[in-house]
Amino acid sequence: MRRLATLLWLLAVLLAAPATAAKLDEALARLLDDSYGETAIAAGEIATSGDANASAILEALADNRLQFSAAQKLVAITGKEGKLANAATGAVVTAPPADLTPVRQNNRVRGAVQEALGAMTLLSPDPAKRLDAAQSIFKSQDATKLSQVEAALDGEKDPRVSLALEAARAVILLGKADAPQTARLAAVVTLKQRGDQSAIAALRNVPADAPAALRDAANRAVADIEKGLAVWRIGQNVWYGLSLGSVLLLAAIGLAITFGVMGVINMAHGEMVMLGAYTTFVVQEVIRNAAPGLFDYSLAMAIPLAFLVAGAIGMAIERTVIRFLYGRPLDTLLATWGVSLILQQAVRTWFGPTNREVGAPNFMSGAFKIGELVITWNRLWIIVFAGLIFIGLLMALKYTALGLHMRAVTQNRRMASSMGIPTARVDALTFGLGSGIAGLAGVALSQIDNVSPNLGQGYIVDSFLVVVFGGVGNLWGTLVGALSLGLANKLLEPFAGAVLGKIILLIAVIMFIQKRPRGMFALKGRAVET
Amino acid sequence: MIARTFLTDDRRSAIFLGLLAIAAVVVPFCHLVFPPSSLLHIGTSSVALWGKYLSFAILALSLDLIWGYAGILSLGHGAFFALGGYAMGMYLMRQIGSRGVYANPLLPDFMVFLNWKELPWYWWGFDIFPFAALMVVLAPGILAFVFGWFAFRSRVTGVYLSIITQMLTYALWLSFFRNDMGFGGNNGLTDFKDILGFPVQAPATRAALFSITAMTLMLCYIVARYVVASKLGKVLVAIRDAESRTRFLGYRVDAYKTFLFTLSAAMAGIAGALYVPQVGIINPSEFHPAQSIEVVLWVAVGGRGTLVGAALGAILVNFAKTTFTSGILAPYWLFVLGALFVLVTRFLPNGIVGTFFDVAADTRSARRPAHAGSTSASGRLREAESEAPLK
Amino acid sequence: MTDITHSLLYLSGVEVSFDGFRALNGLSLDIRHGEMRAIIGPNGAGKTTMMDVITGKTRPDDGEVLFDRTNDLTKLDEAAIANLGIGRKFQKPTVFEMHTVEDNLLLALRGNRRVVHNLFWRRNAPDEGRIDQILGTIRLGDHRARAAGALSHGQKQWLEIGMLIAQDPKLLLVDEPVAGMTDAETETTADLLREIARDHSVIVVEHDMDFVRRLGVRVTVLHEGSVLAEGSLDQVSANERVIEVYLGR
Repeated sequence: MRRLATLLWLLAVLLAAPATAAKLDEALARLLDDSYGETAIAAGEIATSGDANASAILEALADNRLQFSAAQKLVAITGKEGKLANAATGAVVTAPPADLTPVRQNNRVRGAVQEALGAMTLLSPDPAKRLDAAQSIFKSQDATKLSQVEAALDGEKDPRVSLALEAARAVILLGKADAPQTARLAAVVTLKQRGDQSAIAALRNVPADAPAALRDAANRAVADIEKGLAVWRIGQNVWYGLSLGSVLLLAAIGLAITFGVMGVINMAHGEMVMLGAYTTFVVQEVIRNAAPGLFDYSLAMAIPLAFLVAGAIGMAIERTVIRFLYGRPLDTLLATWGVSLILQQAVRTWFGPTNREVGAPNFMSGAFKIGELVITWNRLWIIVFAGLIFIGLLMALKYTALGLHMRAVTQNRRMASSMGIPTARVDALTFGLGSGIAGLAGVALSQIDNVSPNLGQGYIVDSFLVVVFGGVGNLWGTLVGALSLGLANKLLEPFAGAVLGKIILLIAVIMFIQKRPRGMFALKGRAVET
Repeated sequence: MIARTFLTDDRRSAIFLGLLAIAAVVVPFCHLVFPPSSLLHIGTSSVALWGKYLSFAILALSLDLIWGYAGILSLGHGAFFALGGYAMGMYLMRQIGSRGVYANPLLPDFMVFLNWKELPWYWWGFDIFPFAALMVVLAPGILAFVFGWFAFRSRVTGVYLSIITQMLTYALWLSFFRNDMGFGGNNGLTDFKDILGFPVQAPATRAALFSITAMTLMLCYIVARYVVASKLGKVLVAIRDAESRTRFLGYRVDAYKTFLFTLSAAMAGIAGALYVPQVGIINPSEFHPAQSIEVVLWVAVGGRGTLVGAALGAILVNFAKTTFTSGILAPYWLFVLGALFVLVTRFLPNGIVGTFFDVAADTRSARRPAHAGSTSASGRLREAESEAPLK
Repeated sequence: MTDITHSLLYLSGVEVSFDGFRALNGLSLDIRHGEMRAIIGPNGAGKTTMMDVITGKTRPDDGEVLFDRTNDLTKLDEAAIANLGIGRKFQKPTVFEMHTVEDNLLLALRGNRRVVHNLFWRRNAPDEGRIDQILGTIRLGDHRARAAGALSHGQKQWLEIGMLIAQDPKLLLVDEPVAGMTDAETETTADLLREIARDHSVIVVEHDMDFVRRLGVRVTVLHEGSVLAEGSLDQVSANERVIEVYLGR
């Protein structure tokens, strides 16, 4: 059977080039008979004619826009705008014949047309269309398409399309009781190689009356695929974990500066993140109104602005409140909490209490797949962004004058001061830096979280969790802390659920702090105590 | 003996207790005896409101005990308050009996709604008031003991301790939201009918609850005052100011802290238990970290390390909150609250009582030395913190 | 090996390192009952770390620390060690600044350290008498009701010594008791320590050579975490290695 189809197809293809026009004319001539049977045959012939107009003719037939005139032996298409064109040549018909009538259809004809169209798309010159067609057949498991699929498969050059076609053929064979046993077993192997959820669904569809050997093979294949999928699922969770970790890193890294380096508990840190997110919102609003074409660059523009806005407000807070409270960490905690309430309420008054819409530029929307791994672009970019900020900050601390001064002030404030380092300015700049980075985090988080006045509050406990867990005063600790908490959270989620997972994690960190009160990467020795 | 000490030695305590005693009698009297038309009548809502303030005062007192006198800043004291509240709420739920919407004699409505077939084991016994009352103290007390035992033994101090207390209440907040926990989830426990056979809404019950709350506050104050004035209180202040020095004198710092933390948590639980019947509801929002930080503000406003100040601060801030949030000024309340946090820590580190009133009576032994006037109690905390050795 | 039957404190091969830095390097020391010992050494010789090890603040990586022959100090924490009878005076005077002088002594006074006991403790004549006596000894009788934070530097040092006396330990560790003191105060402090040494064992860590000479006791010189020399002050002063690393040429 298959041989035959192949042969026919080969013939068709070989003959196509010189004989296309003749074949099409022959097929169109059948339409003039005004008989359902002839029309159905014509549909198939049009499809295999290989003529450039073939699909347009079939679509017109399906839409009831194909007409014929027996008197003038003309078949014509009514175009979408109402113009009449010769179906064979595409030339405009200036004087429509008087006896022009639509080609009539019954269910049999409609079926034949649809099948012909389906085969047409399987043979479409556009590989994407061929792929879609193959996949839709895979889903419908339509046994009647077998010959078309097989025919298409032989001519297919694109490996992705032929893979899809093979899968489609396998699904059909699997359900076909009269197919040879060996072919069906081969189909199981094909589906197993496909290895995804839809393959499992197809394999489960093996009819109950199928031979036991076949059913066994299918069941084994399902088990194998599921095993493979479980690995992918873990991979997916690891990806989610990395993604959450990068978010935590973004939220916590500014805090690692203010808390870790300066020993300042900044409860308004979350609000700096929120301000960054609102800066993004404002930038997008301005762009929408002034230059919609620049929308894809809105985040790039928001990044420096968010840094400046949050940094400036942070510095203002340091100069007006925090600097009077140095050496009183618990008071600092309370005062900055007050600041956070004020900032939240200010934003609420200004922008309203509801969520604000922050759009995603094109390059951040959508997703792609690696194997069974779904990776969304926005998450990927956020991971990249977090990484860049982390590296940038490490560099800044290591190679800039501010970084050097910051480290000096951290280690010995009095000595630094007596060496002429302006400690007050360093304090303000350090705090500004930490807040500015929180602002940057806000730009990123505006892409995945609701931009509302409460945005920051959601991150404050998490960021402290990360900083305390990672160890204060150590950026690497913050990185490891963020990633391990992110991973732990997402790997726990499938077993415990989101909320319980988080509770377990909180308790685990509380217990961890009992063991290592200064975190994972705490400094040791006498230096800590003085 | 104790009473004599207070009346002769400590005028502020005497005035405070005296005022409370008067309120405990006069408020119910005015509420019940004078008709609503009378000028002297105190309305139902006022009685409930002031009863609520007084329960908050107990909570503030409990926090001041650990923060003001041992330098332990708990950012999760709301958790103990809420646990006490839930224990009382469970009793009140069981009292509803078959009067609920689903008329199930055993199961509270929310359990029927969730298709639960039987009462979870941890609800057993809550229909008996003495058991519930015991749980009001035990539930927060045991949690505080276990938490404190671990945390203080590991010498977690200062901001680290504050942060993990915050995590604790955050974890509980998340937990109590879950329907599976069996505490009514998001909605919490409400629609109470009776307490000890008296209808909770009745004027006489409300008046009695107010009186009981005022008297409990007096009792808690006396206990706190006694603890603070005892030699144990001196040890606590010593721990607050120079923790490792105290250890080298042979005091088990962790035992002292755990004791005080547990006592304080039990007191917070009692406050919660008095709060619930007067407010008529308990839900997970009481666990929210923001709630606990607000308690810290009450204490800071009134004056940390001055027990009267803590109670006063709670009443003052909550009075202001009610006034603000019920009028056209409502959107500005958070500005006020935020500004209070900033201004009090910046300009009034000793709070109202600590700044404007005679400090001698309360902290005779703990009087600020003249040259250290600018640093606050928590300023010295940092020293204590930096002394904490690393293992 | 060393006969430890008369030892009050016995250290052998004690090792401590912080992040690769060896603060104590096979330190051995033997303090007899009733002995007063001065410990000198340049900065970083391990004097303070040694005190930390003895009082339980730092756990040694290796070595033996025995008190009264039977108590292994490496297994105990600060409070337990203090209750065994080891008192410590810090380099920087550390008194409870918010408490009165009297309360400072009361807190230090030997007695039950348990929570419940102190909750129900009441003022009593024996305790008051003991406090009066110590106040006399440390010459702070007139300052009884003053906040400790308001005392002068020297007075704080004495108060802390007074607290040690109140603790009545078997062994006192005294870290640089005369740093920052006037000559007159130094003189008084030396007298105080000698007085205490009559019925206690004492270890004094000190930089001030005149002060050590005034104490007139056996001296141990530490260097890089181990003992460099031991003997009378004159003996160790003549030791070439000591001169090289510490006293200067």
